Amino acid sequence: MKSAVVVFPGSNREGDVLRALKLAGSDVQKVWHAETELPKGTDLVVLPGGFSYGDYLRCGAIAGRAAVMDAVRAHAARGGLVLGICNGFQILCESGLLPGILMRNANLRFICHRQFLKVERNDTAFTKAYAKGQAIDVCVAHGEGNYTADVETLNRLEGEGLVAFRYCDAQGHVTADANRNGSMNSIAGIYSDKLNVLGMMPHPENLVENLVGGTDGLRLFESLVSSFPKAA
Amino acid sequence: MKARVTVTLKNGVLDPQGKAIEGALQSLGVDGIANVRQGKVFDIELDTADKAKAEASLKAACEKLLANTVIENYRVEIA
Repeated sequence: MKSAVVVFPGSNREGDVLRALKLAGSDVQKVWHAETELPKGTDLVVLPGGFSYGDYLRCGAIAGRAAVMDAVRAHAARGGLVLGICNGFQILCESGLLPGILMRNANLRFICHRQFLKVERNDTAFTKAYAKGQAIDVCVAHGEGNYTADVETLNRLEGEGLVAFRYCDAQGHVTADANRNGSMNSIAGIYSDKLNVLGMMPHPENLVENLVGGTDGLRLFESLVSSFPKAA
Repeated sequence: MKARVTVTLKNGVLDPQGKAIEGALQSLGVDGIANVRQGKVFDIELDTADKAKAEASLKAACEKLLANTVIENYRVEIA
């Protein structure tokens, strides 16, 4: 399985994503934002976290219109897998690949802590290594993670099962206290219509080794790798 | 030709930054402030004297980048 990690000026989590993908068994290449094509045979594109273009204008707004995004859009239109984490999620929303927008956290604070997420469905390429309803232990670190969309979009996401993860407590209960950024319906991550694009604010790549506190995040990358036959 | 583009949040979109500014004004003792909504201003110079062409460019700029029309409105004023 071949992954491409896109690097924008101001991305800073590409190294962690690279490491997580390698641990899960993927070949990985970094791709600079000015490229107009993805490496041949790319199965998965990852937009990592960070502060692309210093969060100027709106988070992800400038990166969402970078040259490489046309190639990412084409990849997604072909059914190729795309994962956007944190700033990557913001970029996916700004690029039109996912609906809605990530606004300033409701409490106006940058939040940075361990966070449980409820896995809403485990029949996608991203989550097959989890159980449905499982509370996974990952991290959040963002100032603009407050998922916002109009009522129509929200109803569609809920109605079509496109919510990927919700903020929850250790027991998997989706509570107001667990939703620290104020996201509508406690949404931490959403899928595209065809379930091949996932955007999520939390960082699964932070929890991929017991040395740093857990491996719940690694399962997401393993799910992706297991979706492809092993190279001969 | 010069233009000013103002981008503001749509009505009904929560504006926590505006609320914080409102609170700060109140704590500074500035009287009579009922509500604050914040936004962005872009002063743009155009290299054309053709107003229709300028309007088209500015509309494209707003739609493509300056405003996220999911949550924001924009207004264009040409000087």
